Amino acid sequence: MVSAPPPPETSAKIQVQVRDLTIRYGSKVALEKVSLDIREHEIFGIIGPANSGKTSFLRALNRMDQMHSSMKVDGQILFRGKDVHSWRNLYALRSKIGVVFPLPVGLPLSIYDNVALAPRLSGTKNKSDLDEIVERCLQRAALWDEVKDRLDSLGSMLSGGQQQRLTIARALSQDPELLLLDEFSIAVDPVTTMKIEDVLKELKKEITIILVTNLVQQARRLADNTAFFLTGECIEVAKTEDLFTGEVKDPRSRDYVEGRFG
Amino acid sequence: MFEATSLNRRNRQKEGLVRYLFLLMTLLLILPVLIILGVLVAKGGPVLSMDFLFTYPTDGMTAGGIFPALVGTVWLVTVALLFSVPIGVAAAIYLSEYAPDNWLTRLINLAIINLAGVPSIVHALFGLGAFVMFFGFGTSILAASLTLAIMTLPVVIVSTRESLQAVPMAFREACWNMGATRWQTIRHVVLPNSISGILTGVILEVSRTAGETAPIMFTGAAFFLPFLPQGIFDQTMAMSLHLFVVSTQVPGVPEHLPYGVALVLILMVLTMNATSIAFRMYLRNKKKW
Ligand SMILES: Nc1ncnc2c1ncn2[C@@H]1O[C@H](COP(=O)(O)OP(=O)(O)O)[C@@H](O)[C@H]1O
Ligand SMILES: [Mg+2]
Repeated sequence: MVSAPPPPETSAKIQVQVRDLTIRYGSKVALEKVSLDIREHEIFGIIGPANSGKTSFLRALNRMDQMHSSMKVDGQILFRGKDVHSWRNLYALRSKIGVVFPLPVGLPLSIYDNVALAPRLSGTKNKSDLDEIVERCLQRAALWDEVKDRLDSLGSMLSGGQQQRLTIARALSQDPELLLLDEFSIAVDPVTTMKIEDVLKELKKEITIILVTNLVQQARRLADNTAFFLTGECIEVAKTEDLFTGEVKDPRSRDYVEGRFG
Repeated sequence: MFEATSLNRRNRQKEGLVRYLFLLMTLLLILPVLIILGVLVAKGGPVLSMDFLFTYPTDGMTAGGIFPALVGTVWLVTVALLFSVPIGVAAAIYLSEYAPDNWLTRLINLAIINLAGVPSIVHALFGLGAFVMFFGFGTSILAASLTLAIMTLPVVIVSTRESLQAVPMAFREACWNMGATRWQTIRHVVLPNSISGILTGVILEVSRTAGETAPIMFTGAAFFLPFLPQGIFDQTMAMSLHLFVVSTQVPGVPEHLPYGVALVLILMVLTMNATSIAFRMYLRNKKKW
């Protein structure tokens, strides 16, 4: 079943338009015929049980199918009106899209170098520019105060929660227009999770965020619109509050958010 | 109260037994090494001296030193490394970081593993046919080193690839996701974190190359030369062949002389291995994840 995208309810511009997206690994279908719209400056939630295709969806957005030899993507993904499959320079596309994984990845570099890596790769050399970016991104990821005195120590030696905020700072250092978060709170303590959620609320003033989460309440707290994926199908896309209290098209959506599932 | 059951007790006894069994096996493994070293030091030690290292053999190789063989081995190993390291490391990077997972890659991997198992005497014949005769390098350091390089390539590739694969995939994905190319990822994240493993592999390779006899016998090493090689197209003496010669080919060699040569060869190898181990320990202390 193809779920139609919700009718536009605000005048906000559409940032990502997905049409008939189908993702396969070899002959196995991971996601089938998904169509939805993501608006500028919203947090778009994606919920659903494991193996429903959430991570695959994010991968398709920044063309990581290139790096997974068995992954095949069909359909259209328009990012700022342009199909991601027609971008000639994938590196430029990916540098506009920040990604945060379920498990924090502190690169085995210093905290400073973790955050300065992306700007350096895209050609920023000036030390004071880099200093400025590093401080700003660590500030925005709510990590600056904890690490400002030890920017030289290894990023991979921070605690899990700190590493996850470092990962977010690194994603922000790319100056992205779109931020993809994949179940970021799995390996993070509740206090840090709340800190990061506050960060996201601030960030959405400037960028668009897609939040894949295994916690339905997190989607409820943060997301403006939410999609419900189930074993490779997009069952529902709705205003988040509607999933919990309003009308749903498919009773399974309500069952899932109320924890009456499986 | 908590009581150990008879099963608990039996498990504990078994644990102790198994542990000592493994310890015994380990000791058995070290024993031959210690015996070899002990015999070499006892019998070869007395001939070791500066003179032994830095003078030419005399009296039909029944006396004097080993200088030309020592220099020759350094030549052979160095030139071999100049070929095998860049080629091997580049191939390993390709196989680990770029090659798609398809039948061709799997075939190449299979070939490399099998190549590592080819006996060195076969490499020697190949080197003779290819480098000495077909390419016309003659019996020379170049021909011998190329033969050594080809022989060691698979091992360099395998050890380098293993070091690269030890770097977690998540690091690469994080880099790709921020728009880094594969090469940027390799340069900034993969290589800095695998270089210790790669170098360790290379150093172990050096020590293996230094001891090889068969591949250089037909391709570049000489029984005896009263002068040092001047370039890669000259023949040279070599430690491993010299040891073979003084042990079996020359009559009237005093008993301690071959042991002295063997001791120097082993010391060379051990020094390199020790360097490699020290280096690995140094880098492990800076382990980053
Ligand atoms: N690299 C891969 N190779 C093969 N199959 C994969 C790969 N990644 C995911 N899949 C399969 O695709 C389906 C969707 O997975 P995924 O997108 O990771 O779901 P989710 O993130 O919702 O748990 C699963 O059945 C999974 O087994
Ligand atoms: Mg997932």
